[in-house]
Amino acid sequence: MRYLIIGTGPAGIAAAEKIRGLDEENEILMLTSEEIAGYSKPLITYFLGRKVNEDRMFYRPPWYFEERNISVMTSTKVIEVNPAKKLVITESGEAINYDRLLIATGGLPIVPEIEGLNPSEMEGVFTFTQWKDSKDVAKYITDNDVTEAVVLGGGLIGLKTTEALLELGLKVSIVELSDRILSNTFDKKASMIVTSALQKRGCNVYTNDTIVQVKGKKKITKVVLKSGREIKTKLLIIAIGVKPNVGFLKESGVRVNRGVVVNEHMETNITDIFAAGDCAEFYDPRLGKSSTIAIWPVAFSEGEVAGYNMAGERVSYQGGIPMNSVEIAGVATISVGNTSAEVENVEILEYESDKRSVYKKLVIKDGKLVGAVFVGDIDRAGIYTGLILQKVDVSSFKDDLMRDDFGLVYLPKEYRKKLMEGELKVWLE
Amino acid sequence: MVKGMRKKILVKEEYCIGCRLCEIYCVTAHSQSKNLIRVFRYELGELAPAVIVEEREYTTFAVQCRHCEEASCVRACITGAMHRDSSTGAVYVDRDKCVGCWMCIMVCPYGVIKRGTGSNKVASKCDLCLDRELPACVENCPNEALVLTEVNE
Ligand SMILES: Cc1cc2nc3c(=O)[nH]c(=O)nc-3n(C[C@H](O)[C@H](O)[C@H](O)COP(=O)(O)OP(=O)(O)OC[C@H]3O[C@@H](n4cnc5c(N)ncnc54)[C@H](O)[C@@H]3O)c2cc1C
Ligand code: SF4
Ligand code: SF4
Repeated sequence: MRYLIIGTGPAGIAAAEKIRGLDEENEILMLTSEEIAGYSKPLITYFLGRKVNEDRMFYRPPWYFEERNISVMTSTKVIEVNPAKKLVITESGEAINYDRLLIATGGLPIVPEIEGLNPSEMEGVFTFTQWKDSKDVAKYITDNDVTEAVVLGGGLIGLKTTEALLELGLKVSIVELSDRILSNTFDKKASMIVTSALQKRGCNVYTNDTIVQVKGKKKITKVVLKSGREIKTKLLIIAIGVKPNVGFLKESGVRVNRGVVVNEHMETNITDIFAAGDCAEFYDPRLGKSSTIAIWPVAFSEGEVAGYNMAGERVSYQGGIPMNSVEIAGVATISVGNTSAEVENVEILEYESDKRSVYKKLVIKDGKLVGAVFVGDIDRAGIYTGLILQKVDVSSFKDDLMRDDFGLVYLPKEYRKKLMEGELKVWLE
Repeated sequence: MVKGMRKKILVKEEYCIGCRLCEIYCVTAHSQSKNLIRVFRYELGELAPAVIVEEREYTTFAVQCRHCEEASCVRACITGAMHRDSSTGAVYVDRDKCVGCWMCIMVCPYGVIKRGTGSNKVASKCDLCLDRELPACVENCPNEALVLTEVNE
């Protein structure tokens, strides 16, 4: 029997680990379209900023797979899945059969239509989601003496890339369509603090704006914004987001909405085909809603659930929430869940200290914590994340939540006991 | 999941008197000098104890990493620095791999991971003092509010 896993990101790796834990005998084969397997995607910005060298890029080094008897085929791109024959077809025409298949192909960068832009032809324009992108950008910067850059998109990837470019001494301009950076996970206040920290480091932040035209013949020389502003640049990074990478499933009969639709066991509509990670769209029966949350911990947890179920152990996914931890221009930030005041019928608790450059906000709905933002001081943030994920009623200790010394001691005794003894299962059941 | 025996520190809330000796001995055990007085005088500012004493009115207890079976920190770690050691079953930080992204701090429901500062900008937490017979906090708790046990999984 063969377990076939398409993708060597956290979802694919977590699944392989769980399968191997339960099934020592059968073959596990992993495929990746990239040249290298087992590196960590979030580290590509650290690589660009020269904070992490080649050796430290590996989330799971090659020997890790060998040691567990997991086979890996690199530079192998799947272009078709055929459930009737239980095989996948690769770009080079090879057919690989499977008994159980996991689709863990992650996301693809979204590239908007912009006048004058044909990214495959114009030099100096990059998306930023693979190690290769990081190497290409680093080389382009050196080869062309690039001293300034424009980053389109002020989300997680855009900001982490900005951070790396600043580290290299470049002058960076961020262009963001919405009214603030990190708008998906930050409220206005948190965005403002981070924006001003970026500006202090010489970075330009243009919000409520976008690029309408790109100029240059072979190489990019200038971008024109909707507001009319023109910025001279030799480098444009497009980082407006990712979408599930599911194009190759078109003819397969696997149900795709935005992503591959999966249930709480990470099963698709077709027997023996599972999906997990950024490419999957989890339908939560209890919420009656589906969502794609493209973050590492969610991809990893979904991969674990898929792995368990592929190897025959029934495990259910409890659903994830958006969350992120990023340090920008020296400011540590964590945001979890729903953090905007725009949500209806919520109670907001806030703490602010200009002196300490700290901002904290908690969002409470129907007695439960649903969101949290921490800027400047992130210590013990995970306790709040736990309360959010466990859906604990915080009404009885609401007034203590913002205390400087808030900790487990302020939690209801019952919950604390459960925590201390039972090792709460936060993500899976 | 790791099968086999695994060490665990039990927290006995009712016995803790809040003396904070565990914090001091934890720092000492992880210091350069391993000398209590030297640590107190010169090293304390740079080192943070991996055990946290919490206090509120009459309740007080010490808590350190639980080395969770389904560890959230391991799931969230983007570098693989946070990992479970297959021989001891304990959860460790590989300091060479850690990049200080604080994903682990975001998800640890016990809030027991600390940020290293300056050139030491890596995650830091309890390592169960596996080079010693007993963890320093357990050994030096005067009231047996921290107790080492072994669990079978
Ligand atoms: C620059 C950057 C920074 C990030 N920072 C963070 C962060 O700080 N925190 C966080 O939580 N998240 C972060 N993320 C998001 C995080 O990396 C993703 O959520 C996570 O990697 C998704 O894991 P995955 O396993 O679903 O897919 P991926 O990691 O995207 O892996 C997909 C795999 O599938 C392979 N593949 C794709 N198509 C095919 C095909 N047709 N045939 C064969 N193989 C294929 C790819 O080669 C790859 O191996 C970041 C992402 C980027 C790009
Ligand atoms: S750091 Fe936190 S989440 Fe990780 S093993 Fe320890 S207690 Fe569990
Ligand atoms: S701070 Fe270090 S240990 Fe924690 S998640 Fe990041 S890389 Fe992993």
